Amino acid sequence: MFFADVIGTIWATRKDENLKGFKLQLIQPITAKREKAGTPIIAVDTVGAGPGETVYYITAREAVIPLPVEMAPVDASIVGIVDRIDLKS
Amino acid sequence: MILGKVVGTVWATRKDEELVGMKFQLVKHVDLEYKLKDSFVVAVDTVQAGVGDIVLVTSGSSARQTAQTKNKPVDAVIVAVVDKLDVAD
Repeated sequence: MFFADVIGTIWATRKDENLKGFKLQLIQPITAKREKAGTPIIAVDTVGAGPGETVYYITAREAVIPLPVEMAPVDASIVGIVDRIDLKS
Repeated sequence: MILGKVVGTVWATRKDEELVGMKFQLVKHVDLEYKLKDSFVVAVDTVQAGVGDIVLVTSGSSARQTAQTKNKPVDAVIVAVVDKLDVAD
């Protein structure tokens, strides 16, 4: 799992059948110190996160597991909204 | 998933027989202003994207999670044609 900030949303009408009805959020991966870590990616939002919120997301084939469909071409899914990060210095 | 722009098509007659009938598009990665990056990927197109379209590409084993690419040697698939990208400022 990784941290990211939700920075936007993608709208797409023409898409794979199994992506219909899913919210596609634009997220910026960050470190536990909230520094940018890599370039923005798009993830399916399964928890209703909004822009500005910090989330954690899963990647690869496991990203399909939280979705209500058997099969979907998804390689990143938001699975939680972060309230607080306690980092031992 | 990542943002890309379809910049061309790849034709190959001699190939793995599992790939027969699939359309391969050349997709260059883009930044949030849709400016082309150097990196690119050859992705199977299952949504009839055209050259110039901004698309979402799913990579890795999740790319096999579509009717057309199930159990096929495919690790990148175009899953959506982007209508709009909202980036919260």
